[in-house]
Amino acid sequence: MSTLLQAVLNGLALAAVYALIALGFVIIYKSMQVLSFAQPALMLFGGYFVVYFSSRLGLNFYLAVLLAIMVAGLSGLVIERSFLRPMVGKPVFAVAIMTIGIDLVVRIITGNLFGVESGGIGATGDPWGLGLFIGDPAFGATFHWGDVVLNQRRFAAIVAALLVIGILLAFFRYSRIGLAMRATAFDQEVALTQGVSVSSVFALSWAIAAALATVAALFISPNTGTIDVNMFAFALKALPVVVIGGMDSIGGALLAALIVGLAESLTITYQPVYAGFLGGSFSQVVPYLVMFVVLLVRPYGLFGTREVERV
Amino acid sequence: MLEVRNLEVVYSDVILVLRGISLSIPDGSIVALLGANGAGKTTTLRAVSGLLDVHNGNVTKGEILLDGEPIHRKSAAKIVRLGVSQALEGRRILAEMSVEENLRLGAHTNHRSMDANMERVYHLFPLLRDRAKSTAGYLSGGEQQMLAIGRALMSAPRYLLLDEPSLGLAPLLVQQIRDIIVEINRQGTGVLLVEQNAMMALSIADHGFIMEIGKIVMDKPAGELLDDEDVREFYLGLSGDEVQSFAQVKHYRRKKRWLS
Ligand SMILES: Nc1ncnc2c1ncn2[C@@H]1O[C@H](COP(=O)(O)OP(=O)(O)O)[C@@H](O)[C@H]1O
Ligand SMILES: [Mg+2]
Repeated sequence: MSTLLQAVLNGLALAAVYALIALGFVIIYKSMQVLSFAQPALMLFGGYFVVYFSSRLGLNFYLAVLLAIMVAGLSGLVIERSFLRPMVGKPVFAVAIMTIGIDLVVRIITGNLFGVESGGIGATGDPWGLGLFIGDPAFGATFHWGDVVLNQRRFAAIVAALLVIGILLAFFRYSRIGLAMRATAFDQEVALTQGVSVSSVFALSWAIAAALATVAALFISPNTGTIDVNMFAFALKALPVVVIGGMDSIGGALLAALIVGLAESLTITYQPVYAGFLGGSFSQVVPYLVMFVVLLVRPYGLFGTREVERV
Repeated sequence: MLEVRNLEVVYSDVILVLRGISLSIPDGSIVALLGANGAGKTTTLRAVSGLLDVHNGNVTKGEILLDGEPIHRKSAAKIVRLGVSQALEGRRILAEMSVEENLRLGAHTNHRSMDANMERVYHLFPLLRDRAKSTAGYLSGGEQQMLAIGRALMSAPRYLLLDEPSLGLAPLLVQQIRDIIVEINRQGTGVLLVEQNAMMALSIADHGFIMEIGKIVMDKPAGELLDDEDVREFYLGLSGDEVQSFAQVKHYRRKKRWLS
């Protein structure tokens, strides 16, 4: 029982990270109909700035995260303005391939900026200061409930994702700009007739995606709390999540992240015991396996729009 | 005064659609722009609203002036801010969103006066107030048209461009829309009304333009157009000789295409 609970908790933490990355993909896709392959690089880029501000400059961890989010968001904006703006009106697949190039460039720049060695997200095992919140400064890196161990980075991932996603959904629902973004996604010409600057919406969607990727970067290695250049591959696993959700659906991406996160975590826990012959890292295949099954039943993903897929 | 001068528009660099048209909408007037399908009415409105880009179209000659200032190089967003707002052909409401969200979008450029403008829209269309929270996609065709017009009014425009607002509506609804256009105009907004329903448009317009394959072929006060023999006979279907065969009509139409 506690094994199951443990697997579910870990799965939720994994789902939180997938959700953050997948939302970035979906937001860009909704506004520009382009699948951006630059998300992995933006995640590393933002993550390294957290390392830089917190570990190297020694700033307060929360401040470091905030600054890194701002730097990444701004960079997303600049990337859109300089490399994607001139591509408006070009075939969508060409623009998508262009983003692969952007991904490479950003990864190389990130590597040069920070050196290739890995960096720690926060100097200590408790960068969030959760110990202070619960009045126990000696608090370690994990919570214990009986046999269940919750690494506090996982706990932080779940809380941060809920918070960030909540803010994002409220932004789309209630704010003037959020509404303009939804309108642009639904009918670009209508948005234009109402005075929305569609090009600003494109740029903003890149900024938001980069900011989300930065938050995700905090949690991609909950055990070691470090980030290194090879971890971009983690973000690629959010691609099947996006496809399962239906490409252009925020709700779909969130549900898909939950399904994939849980499935992967349960596989990590139970597959070595019950199906050991599948090998040691079979869980890596799970997102793609889930995608395969979902697409057999629902060709447009869980909540995908048919029209979108016909393009 | 909103003026189109000798405007030429080309799609995809090769398809010449507007061949030098001129028209003007004096402040506070209703101007009707009539013509058969494919004449270029929608293209004219796209040019005025700065929407040609979306359709890979370009202004290749002529100009569009707002109070004497050229606006045809300005962005769509800027043109809305200058006071020219359009309700597109086919209503194009945001079907997934609520009525109120559609109206909020209309207030994008004029957020500060949103409440006052929404009040004005609800006053013009009391029905929309009752349906404020419902999903716009579930409204009837007439209600959706009202929402589209209401949304265009949320920026408190000086000029309202309407592209075939009566399209697909039952006669009673067409009358309602017509009365509302008159009321909007009475409150001080200039209206450029594109219609295939010439009768409806000319009955409320001050001035009318008739377009045919990219040219203005008639430019007269609405009253004169209503009295014009040819317009009455072929355009308004008010011919005294009612037992004309369809073939004859078609033959006639080929000769006088702007009447079809
Ligand atoms: N995006 C486009 N590309 C090429 N041709 C177009 C485009 N949009 C409209 N046209 C053509 O321009 C002409 C005028 O169309 P339009 O302005 O929609 O006329 P109307 O509104 O009077 O029916 C038509 O022949 C139409 O086929
Ligand atoms: Mg038209």
